[in-house]
Amino acid sequence: MIINGVLIDDTFAEAFGMRGTRVIITAQNLKWAFNAANAMTGFATSVIACGVEAGIERELDPSETPDGRPGVAVLLFAMGSAVLMKQLETRLGQCVLTCPTAAAFSGIEGSSENVTRINLGKNLRFFGDGFQISKQFGGKRYWRVPVMDGEFLTEETTGMVRAVGGGNFLILAESQPQALAACEAAIEAMKKLPNVIMPFPGGVVRSGSKVGSKYKTLIASTNDAFCPTLKGITKTELSPEIESVMEIVIDGLTDADVRKATRAGIAAACELGVKNGIKRISAGNYGGKLGQFHFHLREIMA
Amino acid sequence: MSALTFTLKAPPRQRIDMSPLTPDNLTGRSAADIAAIELQCGNRKLRTDALFNIAGTDPGDIVIKNGCGKLDFIGSKMQSGNITVHDGAGSYLGFQMKKGNITLHGNADAFAASGMAGGLIHIHGNVGDFLASAIAGDRKGMKGGTVLITGNAGDRVGDQMRRGIILIEGNAGAYCASRMLAGTIGVMGSVGDYVGFGMRRGTLLLFSQPKLHSTIQDCGTHTLPFLSLMFNSFRSLPSKFAGISNNKVRRFAGDVANDGKGEILVFG
Repeated sequence: MIINGVLIDDTFAEAFGMRGTRVIITAQNLKWAFNAANAMTGFATSVIACGVEAGIERELDPSETPDGRPGVAVLLFAMGSAVLMKQLETRLGQCVLTCPTAAAFSGIEGSSENVTRINLGKNLRFFGDGFQISKQFGGKRYWRVPVMDGEFLTEETTGMVRAVGGGNFLILAESQPQALAACEAAIEAMKKLPNVIMPFPGGVVRSGSKVGSKYKTLIASTNDAFCPTLKGITKTELSPEIESVMEIVIDGLTDADVRKATRAGIAAACELGVKNGIKRISAGNYGGKLGQFHFHLREIMA
Repeated sequence: MSALTFTLKAPPRQRIDMSPLTPDNLTGRSAADIAAIELQCGNRKLRTDALFNIAGTDPGDIVIKNGCGKLDFIGSKMQSGNITVHDGAGSYLGFQMKKGNITLHGNADAFAASGMAGGLIHIHGNVGDFLASAIAGDRKGMKGGTVLITGNAGDRVGDQMRRGIILIEGNAGAYCASRMLAGTIGVMGSVGDYVGFGMRRGTLLLFSQPKLHSTIQDCGTHTLPFLSLMFNSFRSLPSKFAGISNNKVRRFAGDVANDGKGEILVFG
């Protein structure tokens, strides 16, 4: 399969079942909503060392938020519900409770076999040292915690769902700037879609990893098959003209969301085409044995 | 199906306990069965059809006409459906009701919404004392739901109220929100003396500065974010409170003689 001169590899991305949740953060203006959200989603690129993968899903208009202020929607993903709950609580406590004017609300409604209610402000309320106040409106409980700028307002719970993490594709290009330009175009297109985040810096990761290492203590190490400087001395996946490879990792609330984002991203990268040095699109997998979800590139782009 | 309508034949000389006539209780019963239900009237039991003309068939939608201040316990413990009362109701309207709607066109007497746990009571008129309060021996008043009053309320509104929302478009009497445990009361008009007496938690919204006793303390003016959330939840209510969007208030906390976690918020 070739799109605009770009070869789409006959391979698949291997993704995992994760737990995901959404939090709505509002503030006096977008600037401060972003300050809170950026802090909350900081150091959250990979579950390998960060606990969660998190990112800003999109901006919210005042008409879309519970309290009628500007806000942003944040998505967080973790390998298990216990880690997700712990990370949500610490990040909310250190990054949103602390941020002037910020408030936090549930981003996933309801409770069913698919949606589990998890603590949002439920334990954070104790920061109020007895002065916290509970209010119930429309069947939901909110907490008012007195803080130095006024009151921190938070909903008691948010919803947690089964989600998909680790969808990905690789962009192989003739030079580093060209690979990056294609990634930027892909991220631009993918950011417009709901229910997904690309958790790495700017959405792009340059240090794709393989499982295991020659060093016994390391569980992951550099993906030498895709390292352009090792072309001559390792079992390489790269043809001679490839000088740079970058990866985009996608976490989404459902596999359909990840599928859509993958398609939008690859389409945007391919639009630049071979004339801009984009040679191939590939994907990362572990032979298909580790992850429940397989995203076959040619099937997605068909 | 037309609403099941009970029209009071003549003003009763004794008080009538209306608690058997709820949608839950009447669903599945024949007209003859309903007519034969005995209602406590003073020290006697009288058949329903001795007191009321009965028309209509839908027990989920009950209408009481020619109502008066002697019809007690209307909608008591109801769990579904609608009851519409015309011309007045007695005490204990919606006593311990759990779900459904009660609409009253007229005035109600004491202890309306006492022990109410859910649903909506909408009174187009005035209510007596002890609105949403605990009856003697109970430690909690209203426990949930919404009460809308277009007129005035008597003394002791929300005494020992635990949860829920009461919105009064008129005035309230003395000891408003006394011994309140939690929940929200709004009064657009004036309130009497000793507002928030013994108030433990909860929120009282007022639109003019009340006379406060010394254990209610001034905490200054604030713009409180939760108020926009609360007023949003009022938007769909058939009440003047649906139109409020101001969240700048003066906050008084108290009653510090009784834990002091309650608040009186005064718009101004």
